[in-house]
Amino acid sequence: MKELPALFRVFSYLSLLTIGGGMAAFPELRAMTVDVHHWLTFPQLIHLYSLGQLAPGPNMMMIVAIGEKAGGVLGAIVVLIAFFGPTALLAFSVGRLWEHLANHPWRRSVEKGLAPVAIGLLVAGCLSIAEGVITEATAVVIAFIVFVILVRTKVNPALLVLGGAIVGCFAFYHPR
Amino acid sequence: MSDSSSVLELEVVTTPSAPRPTVPIAQIFHEFLLIGATSFGGGVLAYLRDGLVVKRRWLDDEEFVEMLLISETLPGLNATNMAILVGDKLHGVAGSLAAMAGICLPGAVIMFLAGILYRKHGGGPLAAAALKGVAAAAVGLILATAWQLGRKSLSHMYDLFFVALTILGVNRLHQSVPRVLIVVGIVAILWYRMRDKHKGTTSP
Repeated sequence: MKELPALFRVFSYLSLLTIGGGMAAFPELRAMTVDVHHWLTFPQLIHLYSLGQLAPGPNMMMIVAIGEKAGGVLGAIVVLIAFFGPTALLAFSVGRLWEHLANHPWRRSVEKGLAPVAIGLLVAGCLSIAEGVITEATAVVIAFIVFVILVRTKVNPALLVLGGAIVGCFAFYHPR
Repeated sequence: MSDSSSVLELEVVTTPSAPRPTVPIAQIFHEFLLIGATSFGGGVLAYLRDGLVVKRRWLDDEEFVEMLLISETLPGLNATNMAILVGDKLHGVAGSLAAMAGICLPGAVIMFLAGILYRKHGGGPLAAAALKGVAAAAVGLILATAWQLGRKSLSHMYDLFFVALTILGVNRLHQSVPRVLIVVGIVAILWYRMRDKHKGTTSP
């Protein structure tokens, strides 16, 4: 129960960082949930993020699992509202304003200027994850093969993620 | 637009900017629920276009791209921002809420259950091995997304400069995302503003 206000604060803050996609918020997500509040460990965060790649719908739904871990059912609901509420309100208001801004000269500059920053944040988030994942050569090979297949073909990414799970079972399984 | 309505109720258009409640809430919720439940693999946008533009014909491609541009510029996930914008267009505030609930519900329930399962059984060596493989694949997936987005929206060397500056700020200088976002974002916006002015804004 006592974690609920902190969950709300952290996830509404993270919500506003998701420029160009959820990955942009990943470095702060890691800092807040792992280092500041200790809701989970970095390997657990990576595992949940990876599991999230197998779920349908908006791709940051793994935050629900963090909320559940830290605060049960209520935690999950609080996180969901905090993470999607603020940006939903923003999108709603700007959506209604946007028509009036259609010919405003700054609009194009904002769109153009934020595009490279959004891609930079995406790569930055990816590197932050890679730090915890790319610890041995096999992982590099899997990531590289997935990258090449996706860039060159139109395979459903979920299948490749599933393939990663199967390869992982053989490559990383060390029974005690 | 409203000439095709064969509904018996009188449709009183008061102001031009007022939303036109033409699509029933239940239909909006249903369609977004379907998209939320079937869009495996992260490509929600393709599913959105398929459902909203091709199947339901609630939007045309031009409107879809316009809304996508807003969704990409604002903070928030593209999928949920699109749900808000499309929902508003179809049925005002209630439409936005229905679309949002629909697209989030399946993934949220699945991740809720997956989280519980992970907590109970995720510690085993086989689960850890599988998850490590999934994580490695996820890294490849994110890089591919960055690559494809980059090819679509970056065209000059200075675009790459802003990309590099952002990565440097977050990963090497360990600055917080908001700080990098504000500093690099403002510099980039001003840069493009000056270039557009310099060229003389003849483009529409």
